[in-house]
Amino acid sequence: MRLKISHTTTYAYDRPVDYALLQLRLTPRGGVAGQNVISWSTRYEGATLQVAYEDHFRNAVEMVQMDEGSQSVSIHCSGEIETEDRTGVVGPGCGLAPLWLYRQPTKATTPGPVIRKLAAGAKDTLAENALSGVHDLSARVAEAVPYAKGTTHVATSAEEAASAGQGVCQDHAQILISAARHLGLPARYVSGYLLLSDRIDQEAAHGWAEVWLEGLGWVGFDVSNAICPDDRYVRVAVGRDYSEAAPVHGLRQGDASEELCVSLQVQQ
Amino acid sequence: MTDNRFFDEMLTGAGGARVPYSEYAKWFSGEDPKVLLKKSNEAETFFRRIGITFNVYGQKEAQERLIPFDIVPRIIAAREWRQLEKGIEQRVRALNAFLADIYHRQEIIKSGRLPEHIISRNDAFLPQMVGMTPPGGVYTHIVGTDLVRTGENEFYVLEDNARTPSGVSYMLENRETMLQMFPELFTKMKVRPVSGYPAELRRSLSECAPPNFDRAKPRVAVLTPGIHNSAYFEHSFLADQMGAELVEAGDLRVVDGKVQMRTTMGYKPIDVIYRRVDDDFLDPLSFNPDSMLGVPGIMDVYRAGNITIANAPGTGIADDKALYSYMPDIVEFYTGEKAILKNVPTWRCSEPDSLQYVLDNLDELVVKEVHGSGGYGMLVGPAASKKELAEFGAKLRAKPDNYVAQPTLALSTVPIMTKKGLAPRHVDLRPYVLVAPGRVHITPGGLTRVALKEGSLVVNSSQGGGTKDTWVLGD
Repeated sequence: MRLKISHTTTYAYDRPVDYALLQLRLTPRGGVAGQNVISWSTRYEGATLQVAYEDHFRNAVEMVQMDEGSQSVSIHCSGEIETEDRTGVVGPGCGLAPLWLYRQPTKATTPGPVIRKLAAGAKDTLAENALSGVHDLSARVAEAVPYAKGTTHVATSAEEAASAGQGVCQDHAQILISAARHLGLPARYVSGYLLLSDRIDQEAAHGWAEVWLEGLGWVGFDVSNAICPDDRYVRVAVGRDYSEAAPVHGLRQGDASEELCVSLQVQQ
Repeated sequence: MTDNRFFDEMLTGAGGARVPYSEYAKWFSGEDPKVLLKKSNEAETFFRRIGITFNVYGQKEAQERLIPFDIVPRIIAAREWRQLEKGIEQRVRALNAFLADIYHRQEIIKSGRLPEHIISRNDAFLPQMVGMTPPGGVYTHIVGTDLVRTGENEFYVLEDNARTPSGVSYMLENRETMLQMFPELFTKMKVRPVSGYPAELRRSLSECAPPNFDRAKPRVAVLTPGIHNSAYFEHSFLADQMGAELVEAGDLRVVDGKVQMRTTMGYKPIDVIYRRVDDDFLDPLSFNPDSMLGVPGIMDVYRAGNITIANAPGTGIADDKALYSYMPDIVEFYTGEKAILKNVPTWRCSEPDSLQYVLDNLDELVVKEVHGSGGYGMLVGPAASKKELAEFGAKLRAKPDNYVAQPTLALSTVPIMTKKGLAPRHVDLRPYVLVAPGRVHITPGGLTRVALKEGSLVVNSSQGGGTKDTWVLGD
C-alpha cells in the first residue's frame, strides 16, 4: 500500500524563547518490515537544523535549535511510504542494541501490582505458545484499560495508566511492554502513523508495542486496535518506552507557556 | 626497623638498601635528620602556597584539606618500569578494544567468555553509546592503572580507573616540590622527568579530534563542574598547563552543529572536550534533565561526530569490580596474549560458593562494593573489630551481588620521614596513561599513595593517605 503523510507540529509561546533544543525522531526508515520510503522531507520554521545522526536504536534523529527571539516553531514532515502487510512480523534485526536492553524496565514501564496481576493472567497461555500468549496479554490490557482520552498525559507511567483504568495508545503500548518484560520477553515502543478508514485528518500520531518472540523476532501488537500492524501502519522510531521513541523531545530555557498544535493527514 | 612480612622497596633485611635506592640511601645517611624534618614541614607550606587542596567527602562539612606529602621518594628501577610499561600498555589496549566491542557487537559475550549479566547489570553501561565509534576510535583516553607490589617481581593491578582517573596534578606538583627542595639529588641520580605530561595530554587529545575542524590546531577545553568540585584545582591546573580552555557548562552551547564556547570575540568551536563531569550530568537533553553541570545537546553533536569527549561516555563499565575479576580473560580475548600484569584473585559474592567462602574467611579478606570507589564502604578484614565483621557479614548476606572480596595483599612498604627517623609504610602506585589512535603513552612515574598510619593498608587520600614523589630511573 502507498501512504501519503503530511504532519505539522507547531509549538507556540506567549513570549520569545531564549534558548531551546528539540530532538526529533520523525523520519521513517526504509528496509525494515517491508517498509519502503519513496520520498520524505522535513522543513522547519523558527528553528535551524544543528545535527542529524542515527541513534542507538538506529532511529534517524535530527536536533534543531529554536531561532533566537522566535515565538513559535513549526516542523513540517511529508512524504510517501510504501508498506506491506506482514501481519505484524518485523523480524529479527534489531541493530547493535543487545536484546537484554529491551528486557529491562525503564522508569515509565516499571510494573507495579496492577500490571503484575495483568501479566500473571496470561502466564498459562504464554507457556503453551508465546504468540498466543502475547495476544492474550494484549486483549487483557485492552479489557482492563478501555481507550479514553483526557485521563493520562505523555508522562503517565504504565502502572499509573493501568491503575487509572483508562488510557490512549501510548498507555496501552507501555502497559503491554511492561507486562511482557515482567514475563521475561524483550519489548519495545514504536511510534508511527496509522491510516484510518473513516478520516484523513488525525489529532495525533500513533504508537504501539513490539515484543520479541523466539523464531519470529519482533512482532507488533496494537492494543488499542486489537490487531497486529499491517500495511496501514508506518513505523517511524523505536525505544524502550515512549520517551525514547518520542517524535519530539525538547529542552527549553525560560518560563514561556507553550501551546502545541498538530496537523496530521494520512491517506492512500 | 623493617617488618619482614612485607617487602620493603628501600631497605633490605640486612640493613642495606636495594639497588634502585643505593644512591639515595648514601645521600640520606649524610644528611642531618633534623634538617630533613624541617624541610618536610616546608613542603607543606609550599603546597599551601600553590593551593593544592582537596575536599574530603563523607565528612559532616566538606572541608578543604591538604594531602600530606612525604619527602622520601619512591624509586623504581629502569628494568622494573619497562616490565610495568609493557603490562600497562597491553591492558589499556585491551580495555579500549573491550569498550568498542561492548558498544558494538558484544562478541566477548557471544563467545561465552563474559557473562551477559556483568554488562546488563552494570549501571555504567550507557545505551546511548551503542553503535558509537568515537573520533579516532579511542574510548578511554586517560587511564590511571592502580598497581600494588608484594615482592621483588610481584606487581598486581588493583583497579583500572578507565572513567576519570584523578590525581595527576599531584604527580606533577610532587616532582616540582622535590626539584625545589633537593636539587642536588637530581644531579646525582638519573630520574626521568614527568613534566612532559601536560604537553603529551594535549597532543594525544588533539590526535583524537574529529577530522572536520577547520583550523590549524584543534581547540581543546577542560569541562569542570565548577569551583565547588573537590578536584577543581586539578581541572584548572591541567587546563593551564596544557594551554587549553577551562570551561563550565554555562560557557558552552550548540551553535552551527558544534559545541561552542562564548568568548568576547563571539562563539568559538570546541573540538575536544576533556570533561570532568560525570556521564549522568553531561547532557540534560539526553540524560538527567535537572543537570546544571552539563551541555544540552552535546551527545547529539557527539553522535554526529562533531566533537570528541574524553573519556568517552560509558567507559565506567570497565571500572566495575565484578568486571575486574574478568580482566585476565578480557586481555587474552582482545590481544591473543596472556596478561602480563597480574590480577588480584577475586571472589564474586554473587556466586553462592564464593559468598560462603568469603563469609567463612571474612577476617582475612578485603571486601569491596562492586560499584564503589575511593575506599568508601569497604572492609579490611584483618583490621576490623568483631562487631564490624558481624555488621559487614550481615550486609553481605543481604546484598551479595553488591560485593567482591580479595585476599589481603601484603602491600610493599617504602619508608616515610617521621620524628623518629625512617619508618616503613604501605604504598600503591597510579601511573598515568594516555591513549591516542595507535599510540599509548605512559609517563615514567605516577602518583605513589602512602598509608601514613602505621600498619594501615588503606592508601586513599580520603582515608588518611598521603603521597610521595615517584622516581623512575633512566638506564
